[in-house]
Order: sequence, then C-alpha cells, then structure tokens
Amino acid sequence: MDFLNAIVAIANYVLIPGIAYGSQLALGALGVTLIYGILRFSNFAHGDTMAFGTMVTILFTWWFQSLGISIAPLPTALLALPFGIVFTALLLLGTDRAVYRFYREKRAAPVILVIVSMGVMFIMNGLVRFIIGPDEQRFADGARFLIRARDFKQWTGLSEGLAIRTSQAITVVTAVAVVALLFWFLMRTRTGKSMRAYSDNEDLALLSGINPERVVMYTWLIVAALATIAGVLYGLDKSFKPFTYFQLLLPIFASAVVGGLGNPIGAIAGGFVVAFSEVTITYAWKKVLVYLLPESLEPSGLAQLLSTDYKFAVSFALLIIVLLFKPTGLFKGKTV
Amino acid sequence: MTTANENNAMIRVEDLHRHFGGFHAVDGATLEIEKGTITGLIGPNGAGKTTLFNVIAGVLPPTSGRVFMEGEEITGLPPHELFHKGLLRTFQIAHEFPTMTVRENLMMVPGGQSGERLWNAWFRRKRVAEEEAALLKKADEVLEFLTIDHLKDEKAGNLSGGQKKLLELGRTMMVDARVVFLDEVGAGVNRTLLNTIADAIERLNRERGYTFVVIEHDMDFIGRLCDPVICMAEGRVLAEGTLDEIKANEQVIEAYLGTGLKNKVMAGAET
Repeated sequence: MDFLNAIVAIANYVLIPGIAYGSQLALGALGVTLIYGILRFSNFAHGDTMAFGTMVTILFTWWFQSLGISIAPLPTALLALPFGIVFTALLLLGTDRAVYRFYREKRAAPVILVIVSMGVMFIMNGLVRFIIGPDEQRFADGARFLIRARDFKQWTGLSEGLAIRTSQAITVVTAVAVVALLFWFLMRTRTGKSMRAYSDNEDLALLSGINPERVVMYTWLIVAALATIAGVLYGLDKSFKPFTYFQLLLPIFASAVVGGLGNPIGAIAGGFVVAFSEVTITYAWKKVLVYLLPESLEPSGLAQLLSTDYKFAVSFALLIIVLLFKPTGLFKGKTV
Repeated sequence: MTTANENNAMIRVEDLHRHFGGFHAVDGATLEIEKGTITGLIGPNGAGKTTLFNVIAGVLPPTSGRVFMEGEEITGLPPHELFHKGLLRTFQIAHEFPTMTVRENLMMVPGGQSGERLWNAWFRRKRVAEEEAALLKKADEVLEFLTIDHLKDEKAGNLSGGQKKLLELGRTMMVDARVVFLDEVGAGVNRTLLNTIADAIERLNRERGYTFVVIEHDMDFIGRLCDPVICMAEGRVLAEGTLDEIKANEQVIEAYLGTGLKNKVMAGAET
C-alpha cells in the first residue's frame, strides 16, 4: 500500500506536472529550433512572441466571455486560440518585412541577427505590457479538473490523491496533435520538404528553384502557431504574466540547445529533459520517502535538492553539462 | 539590332566585372555560349571561372556588366528565378541535402509544383499525389540512367564524392533545362565514373538539346566533349576555339606555365 501511495505521489507531483511543462517547453523549443534551422539565427524574441500570442488570445477570450460564448467544459481560450495565431502571424510577418528581411538580403552574420532579435524582443515586450499591462492575468475557465484528488482517493482507497487538471490534459493532447501535424507537414508535404531542403543547404535549395521568401514566410507562419499554442497552454496551466514569458526564454533555449539546435526531434526531447530535471530537482521528496523508508530513516527535512527559486539554475547547469559532453546536443543539431 | 550570331547565343556576357575588395576575380569578361554546344571553360587556378559561373547563375551579383540569356537580360536575377528559366548549375564541391535520401534529393528539384502551395497540400491531395507519383518515376529513371539506382534510399550525406557528383548531374535531368553549368563535374571522380558522366552529358546534349558549359581541368574529358573551348586567365577571356587551337595558343601556354617555362616547353617541342 505504501509503495502504491509513493507511486501515486510521484505521479501527482512529478510525472504529470513534468509532462505538461515538458510539452509546453517542447512546443516553445520547436519554434526556436525551426527559426534556427531555417532562418539561421537564435530568436531571442520567441518568449515575447509567445506572450503576444497569448495576450491576443486572452483579449479574444474576454470578448467571447462577455458575449456569453462558451465551449464548457473546455476553456474558452481554445476558441480564441486561432485568432491569437492569426494576429501573431501578422505581427511576425510584419516584423520580418520591416526588420529581418533587410538583414537577410545583406546576408548579415547570424550574430547580428541575434542582436537584432533582442531589439525585436524589447519592442514586443513593451507592446504586450502596453496593451494588457504587466500584471498577472488568469483566463482559464471551464472545468478545472479532469480527475479530482478526492475522487481518486475514493475510487482507489489510497491515502494519496491524484489530480489531473483540465489544462494539463489539454496541454498533452494539443501538444501531441500539433507535433504530429508538424512532422507530417515537414516530412510529407512539398512545402515542408522545401523548408528542410532550405535548412539543409541554402545555396542548393535556391539553385533548385525553391523560392526563399516563400520558405521564410511559411516558417514564420508555423512559428506563430507554435508560439501562440505554447504560450496559451502555459498560461492556462499556470497564469499569464508578460515577465514570466520573457523568463521562459531560458528553459526554452536550454531545451532547444540540449536537444540539438535545428533538430525538431531534439527540441521535443530537450523540452522533456529540461522539464523533468527542473521538477525532480526542485520537488520536496519527503512525501515520497515517508512512504518508502522505514520510520527510523525518514528525513526530517523536506528532502528538496534545490529551492524552486533556483529552478532556472537547473536549465543553465543542464545546458553546460550537455554542451561539455555533446556540443551539438543530444540529437545531432547543426551549427551555423 | 540583332545579328544572326546573336540569335544563336544561349548566354551572352558583356564586359562582366566582379571584384572582391581590391581583387578583380572577373575583370571584364566578354563571351558568348552558342545554343546546343558543349562549351569547355578552362584556365589556370584563380582565372575566375567559378566566379563567372556564380555571377551568371545569380549566386553573386556582378560589380558591373551584363548577362543575357537568349537575348533577354538576366543580370542579377536570383538563382531560383533563373532555375525556372532553365538555367541550372552544379557546384565544384558537390552539394546535396544530406538528411534526405538520394531519391528525395532528386524529387526536390522541380520547383513550382502544386504541392508547394499550402492550400493544395491540404485540399487537393489527389493532384499532388499524382504529381508526386510522376516525379518518383522520373527520379527512378534518372537514377537508373546514372547507374546509382541501388542507392535511392540512402541518405545523400552518406554518398561518396563521385556519387554526389552523379547526383548533381541527375538533378539537372529532373527538369527540362536550357543551359547547364557544370563546375568541375569530373574532379575527384574515377575514370569509369567519369565516362558515365561524359556519356550522360553527351546524351542530354544530343537527345534533349541541353546546352552545357563545362569547367574542367581534365583535358581528355574536355577534348572528348567540348567544342568550342574558351580559355580564361586573370578574369578575362584569353582565347576561344577548338581544343587543339587553344593548346597551340602561345598566350594560353604562357598563362598556364608562366613565361620562363613556356620558352622551355616550346624549345622542347621543337627538338
């Protein structure tokens, strides 16, 4: 019984949050990795792109709520999501035309584009705070739980409860669907193949009649969708605050780099590696150990390796360790 | 005003310059490539042959000068537009899409297909599927022609240098090209493979009317395929004619060997 309780505690506090957070990071990292692979720079504005997409989605959610439109038990935000994607796509295409295209035509070095993307990051950052304010916003509605801890205890008779929040379930289902769609697109359609070709060898792609502007446009469209979906899922699961999204940049980049920049499978794996490292290292294991160890060995402290305040340090440490031993990431990434 | 000669020109290059800083890689090249020929482009290392290719194919913008294709100005057009006009090139060091299979590499080539439009990829699956099937058939035919059909499912990054060269040539066979620029297609390729390549070039020229411009250092290869031959040195066209004429040209020998050596060679030839 104690053993089962321990497993349920791990599932409840480590496994489920880790999977949900990992899916969110994976979606974010996919956006970063696509830009790196195809446009050949590290996009520092990605966190704020996610914030922008989420903000638009929230505004539409509020509007729908005021009109009384609802898809309960699912959150209204899912209905608003496509609008968020459209506006984010317009913003990204506009940014590309106004900013990135200039540097692309000059064939600027990747490092210059990185700095340029930091400028874009600050502007997007300001734009989001200007429109929705710097405060925390909660926009999740509909049913809060898929499985409640109390119900679970009743069903199983265990003393530990297992809860699955709707947002967590939605995150995982959406992430699986989006990733499946993305890979189908990249592997099977001609546009996807052109994008891979362009990523593999830009010169040859051009000489094979692939129109670079079209590849770039599709990349931004896909990135807009990925960023908005990742941002909205994160916001539903936790809450929306522009500064938090800016901070998300670090674990997202860590995921993309750990998995191998430019490699979509690596981005997904990296997202889960970073998420689980963060969750397991900052989780207080006392609860689990109490079930597993004899009374005399029970820890008196929380058995927490690192305070959650330091969770970003985990991403950093992981980044350094992986880069020391596998400089191109766990899955072979590329270097520009 | 167009003369008869102009009408027959596939590519005309007028006073083309390409400078890299103070270095004049192409320095006032003027030449004409006649339709239906296999023109050889030779010259010592650093003569500007590859740069000339790059400027004509739109990879590099010219510093000054103009390029025409069948009378139409194409100076500075981007490579993908030139591709759709039927101007193709291969690279000195073979390029490929390393993470795709050999067959996918070939199927990547014919641009402007229905499947490339996102709308069609989602909503007109049947048409896209038919095109893909036709492409697949063509790719397999090309691979068979080039005798590398057993490699079709191999990742292109795993091919040998010579096989990559064949793949480069295969790429030009996937569409109806008008003029193909081959940059040292035979470099690093063994004799047997070189003959396969030469056969392919001759057949494409004869059966499908491709015009070829070939940069090559192997004079046997040039001699077998090319007429006329253009010799470049120091960014300019030095001489033009059959290979024998070029070989006998004093300026050419000088450019290749330097003045001192030339005198020795000429003296040696006389005795």
